Amino acid sequence: MSSANKNGGWSRPHTISVLVENKPGVLTRVAGLFARRGYNIDSLAVAATDDPGLSRMTVVVQTKDELVLSQICAQVEKLVDVHSINDHTEEAIVARELALVKVRCDDASLAAILQIVTVFRARTVDIAEGEVVIEVTGARDKIDAMLRLLERHGIVEMARTGEVILSRGVQPKT
Amino acid sequence: MNGAEAILRCLQAEGVEVVFGYPGGAVIPLYDALHKVDLRHVLVRQEQGAAFMAAGYARTTGRVGVAIGTSGPGATNLVTGIADCYMDSVPTVFITGQVARPLIGRDSFQEVDVTGITLPIVKHSYLVQDPEELPQIIREAFHLARSGRPGPVLIDVPKDVQLVECLASIDVPTSELRGTPTVNASFDEQIAAAAALIDASTRPTLYVGGGSLDAAPELLEFAEKTDIPVTWTLMGKGAFPEDHELSVGMLGMHGAAYANYAITRCDTMIVLGARFDDRVTGKLSTFNPEAKVVHVDIDAAELGKNRFPDAPVNATVAEALRALTPACASGDRAAWKQQVAEWKQRHPLVAHVARPNGEIRPQHLLEKLTAATGGRAIVSTDVGQHQMWAAQFYQPKEPRLFLTSGGLGTMGAGLPLALGAWFARPDREVWLVTGDGSLQMNIQELAVAVIAKAPIKILLINNGYLGMVRQWQELFHERNYSETWLHDKPTPDGTPADVLSPDFCALMEAYGGKARRVWSDQQVNDAIDWARTVQDGPVLLEFIVNEEENVWPMVPAGGDTGEPILEPEGVE
Repeated sequence: MSSANKNGGWSRPHTISVLVENKPGVLTRVAGLFARRGYNIDSLAVAATDDPGLSRMTVVVQTKDELVLSQICAQVEKLVDVHSINDHTEEAIVARELALVKVRCDDASLAAILQIVTVFRARTVDIAEGEVVIEVTGARDKIDAMLRLLERHGIVEMARTGEVILSRGVQPKT
Repeated sequence: MNGAEAILRCLQAEGVEVVFGYPGGAVIPLYDALHKVDLRHVLVRQEQGAAFMAAGYARTTGRVGVAIGTSGPGATNLVTGIADCYMDSVPTVFITGQVARPLIGRDSFQEVDVTGITLPIVKHSYLVQDPEELPQIIREAFHLARSGRPGPVLIDVPKDVQLVECLASIDVPTSELRGTPTVNASFDEQIAAAAALIDASTRPTLYVGGGSLDAAPELLEFAEKTDIPVTWTLMGKGAFPEDHELSVGMLGMHGAAYANYAITRCDTMIVLGARFDDRVTGKLSTFNPEAKVVHVDIDAAELGKNRFPDAPVNATVAEALRALTPACASGDRAAWKQQVAEWKQRHPLVAHVARPNGEIRPQHLLEKLTAATGGRAIVSTDVGQHQMWAAQFYQPKEPRLFLTSGGLGTMGAGLPLALGAWFARPDREVWLVTGDGSLQMNIQELAVAVIAKAPIKILLINNGYLGMVRQWQELFHERNYSETWLHDKPTPDGTPADVLSPDFCALMEAYGGKARRVWSDQQVNDAIDWARTVQDGPVLLEFIVNEEENVWPMVPAGGDTGEPILEPEGVE
């Protein structure tokens, strides 16, 4: 992981959670503020919280200028539909992502693929002629590592949810 | 009661007295219900006029201005005005008609996604899906428009929502409102830190922005107690009396040289409700990087946006000053004031009286306007050279008398701003200072002035050019006056063509107002006195000036604010 660098390339990813009103249009308002400054959202997960009136957005973005990102966050926080925004990059967090991966297989490779599934504590959710669908949950780098191993067998299709996170320990619900 | 009537009754409940608008297919129900409520409607001639009249109303009163437009082109015509209100933090509510709910998203006639279009230029917006939500939404919209950092709020109302029954109570409790600024838990510590910086400074300068307009008494008390010279932004004009001993002048690109010296050579800048705009700071990295910064703003996102503050205070200017004044020691900053006074004496703002041939000097016109009105008139401006001369030489006696499009710099804003202000405060003398380029951008609103018998006075400075662009072309583009000549193409030998279009005086008279063209400096006083006697409708004074008049001093865009270009000598 590289540190923030004003002039250099993109630095490490920031994981930002935004607690918002569960209403139409909120996502556009939030995403628009990132797009305005040329930020591509690496991953985004949105769903209702335990309070059905609120949704939590988990946004992963890379920044080359910490100041710009903190400005974007300040401007997101101003949105009426936004209750709070937190950059968890420096915090202890629990982060999980789910991926569904369809891998090409034959009699010779199936055993090796299933061994990878076991080691990564993933699950096989479908097997068909010549293809197997694997479900894996974990931190982003664990999924990345597993995908690298599966690549040699031929990944047919893949879908990732994007990261969702919660702070560790007893934290106020903000 | 249908949705349309509910909307109007909600406006009444918010204390709205006058709305500016233009009917069309998607707002016919709203106009159908208009006679049922006691609400004055001003029929504009183009929706942009409505937007800027609402803004003029809001800028001069501080209350929420309201404009109405129909769907599609009605809504898009409002957009420039909405953006203007967003940039200058003007409390406004815009109500647009939308096609009926079943037609939304099908490219229906006069359908446009106006909530989408305006997303980055509103404080908040609503697309009303359920007529029962109308009272809550309108309550919220007004609350949002005026609370915290004010701004525009858009309510898009489908036509069928206006037509169906609304049973919800108009009386919405305020406790359910969202968007109330959170309490600043660190306020006391922030004030203490700011006061410590201020007390320790020997060369402090106040930098007063539009956020200070509602804190004039607090500002006066603070400045006098601490003995700190006051500079202001274009938007902050009027917050501090310009004839006060501590008053320095306007900052920025066309600010007074001594004001720019005072801000770039101070040891501590105290920034009140201002945002380090590039037209003030020039190149940020050379904008007095050594100075300590106390920055007061109600909008937390402004603190550190352009300049890192040593002492941020997240509060309104009035709240902050009420706490800062007792927290700061009484000051005696005679040496620093003496320095500022020296700069002022050495590089004064010069209001040229007249050219030797009797040609009118625009700066002098604005000085005359101050003298004639005592600075008690509301003055709106358009955008360009005349705007900067007005900012330099018109001296309003109070806040909210100087109305100008600052952040967005919208030509054409001036006439509707003046009208909106007059509808808000018809007892006040209202002047529009404009140019021959800007006036033509919303000139259709003259009809509104004539029909309402609004005695607004138009001071038109006609140099035949888009003067500010011409000035940049002269100074930075080798006098390549590309497409800035408004009268007609110059003839090949360089002499101006003799076609004058439009004839502004004839045009004013065609609309039904009075007009006079003035060529010579000797006629200026008479003309202004005459205009002030006209009380039954608008009056236009067209002052013909030399196109080579420039606005001085000038900090080139991205330049060093501490080193403005001074007026070249011997321009006579």
